[in-house]
Amino acid sequence: MKRLWKMIRRLSGDDAYERYLAHCRIAHPDRTPMSRKAFFIAEQERKWNGVRRCC
Amino acid sequence: MKKLLWLGISILGAASLGEIALARGEAINSLWLVAAALCVYALAYRFYALWIAAKVLVTDSTRATPAERFDNGLDFTPTNKWVTFGHHFAAIAGPGPLVGPTLAAQFGYLPGTLWILIGAVLGGCVQDMVILFFSTRRDGRSLGQMARDELGPLGGAAALVGTLAIMVILISVLGLVVVNALKHSPWGTSTVMATIPIAILVGLHMRHFRPGKVLEGSLIGVALLLLAVASGGWIDHHGLRTLFDFDGNTLVWLVIGYGFLAAILPVWLLLAPRDYLSTYMKLGTVAALALAILVMHPEIKMPALTRFVDGTGPIFAGKLFPFVFITIACGAISGFHSLISSGTTPKLLANERDIPMIGYGGMLLESFVAIMAMVAATVLDPGVFFAINSPPGVVGQGIEAAATISSWGFPVSMEKMQALASEMGEKTLFARTGGAPSLAVGMASIFGNAFGNGLLAIWYHFAIMFEAVFILTTLDAGTRVGRFMLQDLLGNLHKPLGRTSWYPSVLVTSAAIVASWGYFLYIGVIDPNGGVNLLWPLFGIANQMLAAIALSVATGILIKSGKLKYAWVSGMPLAWLSFITTSAAWEKITSPDIRIGFFSAADHFAEQLSLGKLPPEKAAIAPKLIFNMQLDGALTLFFVAVLWIVIFEMLRVSWKKAIGLPVPPVSESPHIPSRLVEDWVRD
Repeated sequence: MKRLWKMIRRLSGDDAYERYLAHCRIAHPDRTPMSRKAFFIAEQERKWNGVRRCC
Repeated sequence: MKKLLWLGISILGAASLGEIALARGEAINSLWLVAAALCVYALAYRFYALWIAAKVLVTDSTRATPAERFDNGLDFTPTNKWVTFGHHFAAIAGPGPLVGPTLAAQFGYLPGTLWILIGAVLGGCVQDMVILFFSTRRDGRSLGQMARDELGPLGGAAALVGTLAIMVILISVLGLVVVNALKHSPWGTSTVMATIPIAILVGLHMRHFRPGKVLEGSLIGVALLLLAVASGGWIDHHGLRTLFDFDGNTLVWLVIGYGFLAAILPVWLLLAPRDYLSTYMKLGTVAALALAILVMHPEIKMPALTRFVDGTGPIFAGKLFPFVFITIACGAISGFHSLISSGTTPKLLANERDIPMIGYGGMLLESFVAIMAMVAATVLDPGVFFAINSPPGVVGQGIEAAATISSWGFPVSMEKMQALASEMGEKTLFARTGGAPSLAVGMASIFGNAFGNGLLAIWYHFAIMFEAVFILTTLDAGTRVGRFMLQDLLGNLHKPLGRTSWYPSVLVTSAAIVASWGYFLYIGVIDPNGGVNLLWPLFGIANQMLAAIALSVATGILIKSGKLKYAWVSGMPLAWLSFITTSAAWEKITSPDIRIGFFSAADHFAEQLSLGKLPPEKAAIAPKLIFNMQLDGALTLFFVAVLWIVIFEMLRVSWKKAIGLPVPPVSESPHIPSRLVEDWVRD
């Protein structure tokens, strides 16, 4: 049940910010990560920068 | 034991295929189609996809993927294979596999079904998988970049121009589907219009109120969408219906205005939240449809083959060969997928060993969606199916249409159509071309049988909303991508034009893209034979052209890396595609039949106009139609030229390689061992 919930959150991108924070802690401990809001906006812009949907 | 299982699957598959291919004169059950499809998919995956992965591509599970090497916690992230599969499938599956089979059902259920199955397992799935593999081995580079690196600048330019052209045609034909579905349908129109403020609300929720809470926002949005479907019925029954009752021309302008706004507004406000909603709608509805077909297993009422294999079909003109292969692109083989398989999905892929499952498997699932669309189209009474899908220019209006269609041996009456229309909550269902309304009637009758018949009108409008929502997502996402590509091109001429955040450039390039597809959409709506006959073949040719470009790149890479003996894996579908695309284009250019040949149609109109034989309302638009026919003919020529340029580039490079001349080097990135702890990513 817990795994399914984790999977759904992962699939929908609900946990994207938490994953980003985890990544920052490991890869760039010296930098301050973006806020939740800033991260969300930056992510949306990046995602829709290329072909994301087909016919 | 395992061998026995596969033997059983083979026997069941062969029996089902035999049943659907040989049954004549009696109705067959849709379960046979489903069983045949599932068996073919299982066998193809086990014995072809895994063989290609092991012997042809030689996937290497110890090799670090781009997702691992460039992991930045954003776009490059090693991701669980099921999650990657979900993202990949959500990206490749659009409205195409629903519309194409519906239109191709005019030939009967058999030709389309066989092409969906064979085309997918030997063509489409292979394309998606090999492109995914080659892009993964090239740092997740896009198809255009790979074409340039591997085949040279001409191949790269052809891929770029081809992509831009297919985007424009795709958006216009999808826009046409929406316009035809909403024409004089206040319920449908109000529901689809309501999706815009709902998406904006969800966007604000995710951006301001509860930043990043995607699931929560989407759930609220989906609930509101369902409410909008139900309240559309209320609007329809009360005085408000005239507010949402539009003719085709008005809807064209509304769609164009929407496309422009969506392209210039910030993505978080409209585009992104609408995509969340449409993705959930899509996955949910496809799953519900599969369940309903399994539970209800309705009988198929369409014959295996109809008389229209001779090319006289009312929905679109042209013989079975080559037009069934052009009409069903998505669902069998879709060039567009190569843009997702390169550039997008490789950045998530955690391990090369997942490539068959994601690349090949993702396309198998899309092919299954196409089979379900075929079922939904063919469970309708053929008379009803043709009455909904035939344009008035071919069969006449109302009573006349019913008489014409009945005279073909597909009985249908005015009363029956009226009763059906009022059941579905529509004023009329005659000549609702484009595939969406007939699919919605098919889905409503399947859902109605499975989950209660009293709600037919709600099911119908739910299906219309579901199709319109993700068509509009494709429309605004496509406009945006087209804008980026155009800005990229113009940036070479004048630097500031290339800056994606410089507003004057954003406005100009967005307007240019919207104007291009808006033009074709407008012409499609005023065309007397129904724009589907005009635009859908053009879209099919463009999509197959893009597939041929992708397969050329793949074949070129195989040959260059010394795997000539396996080059047939991508070479065989490439040969078939170039054959059917060229044949179809040849007919569209040279055919003397005015419903098929673009140039003969232009000449015919010009002659009629000069003789003064056209009624005044037709004479007024005739010059536009004549110009457009010539433009479409020229565009077809252009597509074929691009196709053959890429094929010749590939052959030239391969020939040089064979006789030992220098060729552009294979651009594969070096082998770096994977350091991911298996269980960590793959849990």
